[in-house]
Amino acid sequence: MIKNNIVNVFKIGALSAAILSASAVQAADTIKVGVLHSLSGTMAISETTLKDTVLMLIDEQNKKGGVLGKKLEAVVVDPASDWPLFAEKARGLIQNDKVSAIFGCWTSVSRKSVLPVIEELKTPMFYPVQYEGEESSKYVYYTGAAPNQQAIPAVDYLMDEIGAKRWVLAGTDYVYPRTTNKILKAYLESKGVAPEDIMVNYTPFGHSDWQSIVSDIKKFGSAGKKTAVVSTINGDANVPFYKELGNQGISSEDIPVVAFSVGEEELSGLDTKPLVGHLAAWNYFQSVEADENSEFISAWKKFTKNDKRVTNDPMEATYIGFNMWVKAVEKAGTAEAEAVSDAIIGVSVPNLTGGLSAMMPNHHITKPVLIGEIQGNGQFEVVSETNGLVAGDAWSDFLPDSKDLIADWRAPLSCGNYNVKTAKCSGQNF
Amino acid sequence: MLKQILILITLLLFASPSWAIEINDQQLSEKIQPLTQKKLKQVSKAIDELSQYQHSRIQPILEALLNNNLYYLRSDKEVIITEKIDDKYFAINAISSSDIGEVSKSSIKKIKTNNKIRKNLRTILAKLSLSDSNVDSRLIAAKNLRKNPSAEATSLLEEAVISEKDEEVKRVMVEALNIIKALDSNLEESKRVEAIYKLNDSLSTDARNALTTLSSKTADGDFTHPEAVALAAEKVSKSIAGNVNLYSYVETAFFGLSMGSVLLLAAIGLAITFGVMGVINMAHGEMIMIGAYTTYVMQLIMPNLITMSIWVAIPAAFLVAGMVGILMERLVIRHLYGRPLETLLATFGISLILQQLVRTIFSPLNKEVITPEFMAGSLQINEALSLTYNRLYIIVFALIVFFAVLYIMKKTTLGLQVRAVTQNREMAKAMGINTDRIDMITFGLGSGLAGIAGVALSQLSNVGPNLGQAYIVDSFMVVVFGGVGNLWGTFIAAFVLGELNKFIEPVYGAVLAKVLILIFIILFIQKRPRGLFPQKGRDAEG
Repeated sequence: MIKNNIVNVFKIGALSAAILSASAVQAADTIKVGVLHSLSGTMAISETTLKDTVLMLIDEQNKKGGVLGKKLEAVVVDPASDWPLFAEKARGLIQNDKVSAIFGCWTSVSRKSVLPVIEELKTPMFYPVQYEGEESSKYVYYTGAAPNQQAIPAVDYLMDEIGAKRWVLAGTDYVYPRTTNKILKAYLESKGVAPEDIMVNYTPFGHSDWQSIVSDIKKFGSAGKKTAVVSTINGDANVPFYKELGNQGISSEDIPVVAFSVGEEELSGLDTKPLVGHLAAWNYFQSVEADENSEFISAWKKFTKNDKRVTNDPMEATYIGFNMWVKAVEKAGTAEAEAVSDAIIGVSVPNLTGGLSAMMPNHHITKPVLIGEIQGNGQFEVVSETNGLVAGDAWSDFLPDSKDLIADWRAPLSCGNYNVKTAKCSGQNF
Repeated sequence: MLKQILILITLLLFASPSWAIEINDQQLSEKIQPLTQKKLKQVSKAIDELSQYQHSRIQPILEALLNNNLYYLRSDKEVIITEKIDDKYFAINAISSSDIGEVSKSSIKKIKTNNKIRKNLRTILAKLSLSDSNVDSRLIAAKNLRKNPSAEATSLLEEAVISEKDEEVKRVMVEALNIIKALDSNLEESKRVEAIYKLNDSLSTDARNALTTLSSKTADGDFTHPEAVALAAEKVSKSIAGNVNLYSYVETAFFGLSMGSVLLLAAIGLAITFGVMGVINMAHGEMIMIGAYTTYVMQLIMPNLITMSIWVAIPAAFLVAGMVGILMERLVIRHLYGRPLETLLATFGISLILQQLVRTIFSPLNKEVITPEFMAGSLQINEALSLTYNRLYIIVFALIVFFAVLYIMKKTTLGLQVRAVTQNREMAKAMGINTDRIDMITFGLGSGLAGIAGVALSQLSNVGPNLGQAYIVDSFMVVVFGGVGNLWGTFIAAFVLGELNKFIEPVYGAVLAKVLILIFIILFIQKRPRGLFPQKGRDAEG
């Protein structure tokens, strides 16, 4: 009975609204936000956490009164780790659910699959994962790290502090490691490392038999020079890799491994003993001491009702992206895409490491770069931190094809790949 | 007696190295203050300085630093050594060892180290513990000095060698000495060359590192070290490389065996369900996954008996996976016998359901399965060849499982009935065999074996919902390559594919190795459609 009454109230409300003005129906009481993260399939392991993060942030924002006096409403879809499905679900979110912004994607291939859709339907998307760069779309905001915000500082640390002279670039065989390694190789060579001192190795997804590769690394490392491994090995293939290193008696003091895809979340599912002392480069660690961080961690534990849940870098990127969007919507006075996209450049919000991150004209953000050593309890201890913030670089300065390109989405340039030499915008959308 | 006292005195003399300057408590407290600085470079400098002095507390302080137990009080930067008992921190003053009692976590700050500092610490401590009474710590000390050769340690090592009783420690010490001498540019060339030739029989990475450094050339092709030294180093380095290469072939062969044993374990259950019964079971991988999760659950039940839990997990995984298999057979597969395409689709559906079920029950995150103590580390045959224990155990385990299955199929009544049913179902029925029951048991057996494979694989790869997918293609490959319906075929196919893969991998890389193997199998199947060892006779399916 009560339920019926409520339904009736809604019906009357909707009806009167429709009578009052046609546009009022569109601008209902809520602003819808799309969450496009895989909840099943291979990537569920990483992406489910980000879905929960967005839901938590929306929940908190609504408790604070929402945005522009309207409540936020999350529309969660499951693209099931299926790349083409990401594009379909994105289209559904925009066309059927009329979301104002999307928070989503993890793998580069899923982002590339979504790109044409959001370009066509002109809806902003916040992408919270470190990626290979070489892209700047008008509608994508890259709140994760570009290579110069993760890979390059990590290599600098190994070179300057650890004294590495010989390099193994090991990665999983797909676009992110291949592009990152291309940049790193060019960077190392520009620093005077001889080509024979660089070994590049690719493995299939989910590789678990690391015996020969670790044995090769061991041999490569016995040439009288300090050797370090830069690992772009994807997610859980890392575990058997580190185990094999441990079993073959290679310690982090002999050959340190710096990883770009191993975070607190990945470590929570494994025995960290063989990994202690190896490194990871991120823009955030759970162990960072900052007021915003401890607040965020306790809110997260409360939200998930699990005291053991950890936080990680892509979560921080989601946090920054979400707050930037909220701030931009408030600045623009509307959630409409074009207005938000003008308003968001230059917006700065607190990050979780005790500083401020700002949205740059190239749709990347400024963030500090931290190098951490893995501890026995699955956390990281920061051993190096960049002086000040590093601005994300969409086009790498170390690749011949892209060193002259810049991205600047402010008028009058408004271009994602402007060539400073020829003074031309290539015109491609992303 | 007199001799022993003399040795003791010499040891004591050398334990207090000649370059060290004695300092008092007050001076030490000044010297350790820089450790509390934030910049690691300064901490590193402070440690180097500290190692120049002599004080009875320096060793314990550095050891505490190495073990992450050195802290300082935030209030007055007093350096303390802490002990953590049940999440509570108890501290003593680092210099006077006076008891400070319990301190709260927020009032203290850890003195951080990084890889480089820890390495440095180990070298400093190694010099101090060369004369330790414990053989293991002497060995570690000697190995540390071999890894980080410094001329300063020469006299220490020379003394230690004389009094050393343990052969292995002595050998490492001599090697370390030779490396140090070879690298020492203040020494006469002839002595350096002599030291280099003495390294001829050593296989260690450290010796090879030193020799490569000595024989390295500049960009113009000149030696970076005196020619006589460099030439000798080059010669010895070549001869060592020959030995090492030989061992690296042995190592690769072992890797192949190990991979073969994993393939065998994964495929043996399939050899029964697919090979013997002819059911294309796409959910076979998920049976492996269930076995791995059973191991995880066993460890949850017995958190203090990790080794035990692995042994218990073997029968448990067999039962759990077997039961799931039987359930699957009863509910779905038995209605689909003789319709391979439908079976394939149905079992594929089941595999997706099982994966998502695991995600819902255990979360999509990987689960931590702890490796028991006895499976960690490696069997050191010599410095160039070591076989990892986990792989060794799994090879043995795979062989045991295989021969057990072979026994069941060849020597037991059940095996006889299974063979009868697969060879001629109608005739077997006429002989009074309950074929329905045999189907069920056979499928349960195949699934249970997959579960056992899961226990082994939980020690090698990640325990997560996708575990099974990684092995399903490989399993089918092995069974098809070996010849459907032939257990020995599966056995040989597993090891052939393992060896092939591991010998191709170093040359072409892991990705291409997989591709090449696949191409090889496709071509092979073109030539011999029924695998290595096809079933013969009129009962064999065309």
